[in-house]
Amino acid sequence: MPRNAMLEVKGGDITGTVRGFLEKLLEKKAVDALLVPVEVPSKKNVVQTMVTDIAQLADVSPLAPVMPVNTAKIISSVTKVAASTKKVGVILRSCELRALVEMVKLKQADMNNIVTIGIDCFGTYSVTDYAVFSQEHDTPAGEYLKKAASGTDTLLRPACKICQYPYPLTADMTIGLFGLPIEKEILVHSGTKEGDQVFEALGLDGEADPAKRDEALSALKSERQKLKEEFLAQVQQEAGGLDNMLSVLSACVACHNCRIACPICYCRECLLDSPTFVEWEAEKYLDWASRKGALRLPADSLLFHLVRMNHMGASCVACGLCEDACPNSIAVYKLFCLAGSRVQETFEYTPGRSADDELPLTAFKEEEFKGFEK
Amino acid sequence: MADDNKDFEPILVGFFCNWCTSTAADLAGTTRLQYPPNIRPIRTMCSGSVDPIYILRALLSGADGIIIGGCNPGDCHYVSGNYKARRRIAGLKTILDTLGLENDRVWLKWISAAEGQKFAVTMRDFTEKIKELGPSPFRKNWSV
Repeated sequence: MPRNAMLEVKGGDITGTVRGFLEKLLEKKAVDALLVPVEVPSKKNVVQTMVTDIAQLADVSPLAPVMPVNTAKIISSVTKVAASTKKVGVILRSCELRALVEMVKLKQADMNNIVTIGIDCFGTYSVTDYAVFSQEHDTPAGEYLKKAASGTDTLLRPACKICQYPYPLTADMTIGLFGLPIEKEILVHSGTKEGDQVFEALGLDGEADPAKRDEALSALKSERQKLKEEFLAQVQQEAGGLDNMLSVLSACVACHNCRIACPICYCRECLLDSPTFVEWEAEKYLDWASRKGALRLPADSLLFHLVRMNHMGASCVACGLCEDACPNSIAVYKLFCLAGSRVQETFEYTPGRSADDELPLTAFKEEEFKGFEK
Repeated sequence: MADDNKDFEPILVGFFCNWCTSTAADLAGTTRLQYPPNIRPIRTMCSGSVDPIYILRALLSGADGIIIGGCNPGDCHYVSGNYKARRRIAGLKTILDTLGLENDRVWLKWISAAEGQKFAVTMRDFTEKIKELGPSPFRKNWSV
């Protein structure tokens, strides 16, 4: 049974209201620790931080528009060796939560004692854009929320502009912002038993009307769907065909940063970094070169991207961090969003929608996909 | 295009399951069935063990066609490898099609160990169809 409560926003300080809520979580021992975005002393970045002492929440800034690392990766590294024995509340954006659901299915994270707190997300800036933005404003998060409400934020990353799921899909608790008078009040919603326990520990229940948020979300959804289809059609035109693909990837230096930033690419040893791909005698390179008369080096950049699409495309949550990680500003996100979307359509799979949906490449039916056979 | 490539002999790579298509190839040979010699067969333990990376490596290195041969649905030696292969190929062909990268050059075919005739016919068809498609654009492109 979903439960809702409104939090009063005093003096228009939305971040302060969320901070108050998080402080209560620790104070009432609803959780033992929090993994939350905290502003670094220089104010140039906001980074995920494991907080056990309430005093350290002073600079918490969960609404600041920056996502340096996909939090699913952080939870994976925290829980992969051994699950948490203490309750940890984690603030996640929708793409982080969806990636986390996928990582759990891929057996790369353990949700034991993890309480997910999803936040409605108006979108994020690149780390470099945020570093500049945060120096120009006293309260960067507040300033951004004002811009977000007016829908005129030009700094948003391309992935955020067409994001299909700006709201958390499977969170234990959600901090709701869409469609609400956020200068006055924000919504807290519980979607699971875990969330209900927190509601009880905090004595949260009360009058709440989430209908306005639902309305705003369905309007936003249909608008975004249209934007995404237009975006994908344009990418297909720009990047379709071998020559166009090679043109998009022409600046690739095979650093594989996109893979490192990707929350879904979890392999400890990537095949594409293995000796099979890079360690060969000079004679072998000469042989490869002689086949076509010439060989681009480092070799296999198109192969790298295509293989990665095949390996993680079905689970791609379109967070866009691959593109942010590229030192040469290749439109990696565009390619992966396009390929990932189409693969997900083929498999009728929405990554991160539910822990119960089977991963497309491990499940099968006896009668299916006949069209792909000859 | 087909007329320009009358003398074009395609380079074809086959990933054939040990338990079915590879044996079918042997059967076709021992029964002296004729088929074009363009295919370079690679024996794998299961069609389900053919990761898209191998197919893409062959395609990008300039193979004009790649065919994966597995056991008929229900007959997989490892119970479900061919079903998983079909899903991988569905993903791969979706990606190649989406990016305009010649997804017609990748074939998936079920040929049992008893079907020497089907193997020979398939190789004939495959060679013919790829001849019609002409040389792969990856063949001469050094910057792939």
